[in-house]
Amino acid sequence: MLRINSPAELEKFRKGILSKRDPNKPCITLCSGSACHASGSGDVAASLEAEIEKQGLSAEVDIRRTGCHGFCERGPIIVIHPEEICYFQIEPKDVPDIISQTIKEKKVIERLLYTDPDTREKIIHESEIPFYKNQKRLVFGSNGSIDPKSIDDYLAIGGYSALAKALSEMSADQVLGEVKKSNLRGRGGGGFPAGRKWEGSRNAPEPVKYVIVNADEGDPGAYMDRALLEGNPHAILEGLTIGAYAIGSHEGYIYVRQEYPLAVENVNIAIRQAEAYGFLGKNILGSGFDFKVIVHQGAGAFVCGESTALMTALEGRAGEPRPKYVRSNIVGLWGRPSVLNNVETWANVPLIINKGADWFTQFGTEGSKGTKIFSLVGKITNTGLVEVPMGTPLKDIIYKIGGGIPGGKRFKAVQTGGPSGGCIPEDLLDLEVGFDELTQAGSMMGSGGMIVMDEETCMVDVSRYFIDFLTDESCGKCVPCREGLRQMLKILTRITEGKGKEGDIELLEEISETAKDAALCALGKSAPNPFLSTLRYFRDEYEAHIREKRCPALSCKELIAYHIDPARCQACMICLKKCPAEAIVGGKNRIHVVDQKKCTKCGTCFEACPPRFAAVKKISGEPVPSPIPEAERTIIRKSKEK
Amino acid sequence: MSEILLQIDGKEVRAKEGMTVLEAARSAGITIPTLCHHEKLEPFGGCRLCIVEVEVRGWTNLVVSCVYPVANHLIVRTRSEKVDRIRKMILELLMAHAPDAFELLELAKEYGADRNRFEKEASFCIHCGLCVRYCAEVKKKNAVGFVDRGIRKEISFIPEIASRECWNCKECFPLCPTEALQAAFVLTKALYSPPPSSQSASGE
Repeated sequence: MLRINSPAELEKFRKGILSKRDPNKPCITLCSGSACHASGSGDVAASLEAEIEKQGLSAEVDIRRTGCHGFCERGPIIVIHPEEICYFQIEPKDVPDIISQTIKEKKVIERLLYTDPDTREKIIHESEIPFYKNQKRLVFGSNGSIDPKSIDDYLAIGGYSALAKALSEMSADQVLGEVKKSNLRGRGGGGFPAGRKWEGSRNAPEPVKYVIVNADEGDPGAYMDRALLEGNPHAILEGLTIGAYAIGSHEGYIYVRQEYPLAVENVNIAIRQAEAYGFLGKNILGSGFDFKVIVHQGAGAFVCGESTALMTALEGRAGEPRPKYVRSNIVGLWGRPSVLNNVETWANVPLIINKGADWFTQFGTEGSKGTKIFSLVGKITNTGLVEVPMGTPLKDIIYKIGGGIPGGKRFKAVQTGGPSGGCIPEDLLDLEVGFDELTQAGSMMGSGGMIVMDEETCMVDVSRYFIDFLTDESCGKCVPCREGLRQMLKILTRITEGKGKEGDIELLEEISETAKDAALCALGKSAPNPFLSTLRYFRDEYEAHIREKRCPALSCKELIAYHIDPARCQACMICLKKCPAEAIVGGKNRIHVVDQKKCTKCGTCFEACPPRFAAVKKISGEPVPSPIPEAERTIIRKSKEK
Repeated sequence: MSEILLQIDGKEVRAKEGMTVLEAARSAGITIPTLCHHEKLEPFGGCRLCIVEVEVRGWTNLVVSCVYPVANHLIVRTRSEKVDRIRKMILELLMAHAPDAFELLELAKEYGADRNRFEKEASFCIHCGLCVRYCAEVKKKNAVGFVDRGIRKEISFIPEIASRECWNCKECFPLCPTEALQAAFVLTKALYSPPPSSQSASGE
């Protein structure tokens, strides 16, 4: 492989790549991110290759295995260029048709297209599908068009031009100035202005400085950093190198969870390629600037996403946060100035350098500039990764892009910001997403997880779930977090089991205050948020559990019961046969009754009862009606007697 | 080293640069309660009991005094309604583990903490880490360490090292504010040197 020694050589090389690429040659891009991989994109790729070979088209069609396209609900996804025909949920059996009809005869296969759920209209092009149409994919957009294992693909879309520009046309101060002006805020949780963080490190007297990528994404349901690192690793390396240049660092680290094997693989490949081309290493692009990057795999502790715990872990010790009151951009890794930003933050940097802070700041709100990638999961029709300008109303993300709540259920809340975030209720759906806006609503931006909940979600149980998660993930060093969470979990569990008592809410509030004010790190300080925000908006649910022993969402097992309405039961035997606990008494033409002693409340009967009968009822907070007397259980079917 | 002038509980206190607020307060005879602090050891910041209010340029903050560095013009309040409330809760949380620990009982009296506020826990250990850190930092033996994390975190003697080093040292025993340490050691000893009969029966 050749080494590129100057920006001019880079441009020449780029032209060389582009001149060999025919934009009109059919190219099949197949999403091969972790989510699509799990739904079978590996088999689809093998079938594609075999079929193209079989039909003798190897020279006429390109296949590109790309990173995540975002629409994970409908994976594996194929996009056929240059027409941008988009097919969803592809299986190997669809492949022969795709090759013979779409590639050879340019015919669109209707059954593989996206169907608009409202209009029932088939949509051919990716850009016209509501899920994509309403997004602004500045950072995430390239994922679908490049093979993350190919540096030439990245160069073909203008890759490393920002690095070349920074090194050859800008001083370190100018780079820093541009990032400061862009008001880029950290996408990992805190939303601290990246430029100010960089400046602190740059001005610190210690000459050896580090830049670090936080790829220890651990929030349940959040996976945008994984998708970026898997799908576009060079963008992160380019951003990191620019950051290193700005602060005067010559060594960078990528702290990535070992649970992300594909991300680890792709970023390692990217580093080797970048070193070979001369984008990393000594005298980058002939500028005299040296920079190397080392990948460190984390051992899977949520707390290591916290900056000082991450640095302690990088040093080879148990990942626990440091108690010091010094910012890590001044005294960080091995006691030296260290700039730590998360994957998405670094990925924004090349865009800012290439297009300028003025371009960047046109997106977003006063306090939050640019776009943000959210992972939209939970009770939502279109699960996936979405990128929108800061300031987009929550409603638009959930309904226009996310397609609303499936199954005709009613929206209840959206949990943002991961375990330390909070739940936002329906009447705040007009809220424009931004760092400060979400904090004011009692939640936070966090890394951008959005878990949508419908009417069947119990908010007390949600709070219990997140506290349970944090109890497990707390490092256990400080008392307010370790012991506070231990007790909070006990109390919340008690409440969901119908054993809550007066004073529990106040006690939880008191423990929350101690954790918030006295815990050592951000994990502990924000740990009570799931409780505090659900209490703020759904206090009535807590009170119903404690006072009436009732779960309004009909979700907490200990507080609900199933019974069969004798007036509606048609004795069809469906629920009786399906009940795994043999808790349903009845027979042919005998009205069924749930034996409450045997019932395990699994809900199978409730699901099984045909909707036209709707005889199985789920209740909470009221006594179960006594079963209909044996003598009255026989159904006399007049129509059948004839 | 330059001298620093700060105010603690309304009293002018002189300190040296690099000192912590806790050190400065103690040098001036002002008491701040601690559980995980020890002069010979690096500050740990785990028990959070030494939390105080500091005022910098008009901004009030809660910080733990065992790691917070002194600075000129710093105003420190070692007691306030909020500080006392937090200390009370910390003590109550810890007394779920060690309701009879003398140090905790004394502090509970001072802060009005109810030793029975929470259901009792199985382990006495309050995770102050004194034994672990003393063994590592002063004795440089690492015979005792923390295992696991979160609410499952425990102190544990490393049998191979403990059997060699601990019998003649035991300097960590008096450091422990609860009964946990001795119990853990007794357990380790029992596990490491089982009676001959069970040794053959264990099949390991």
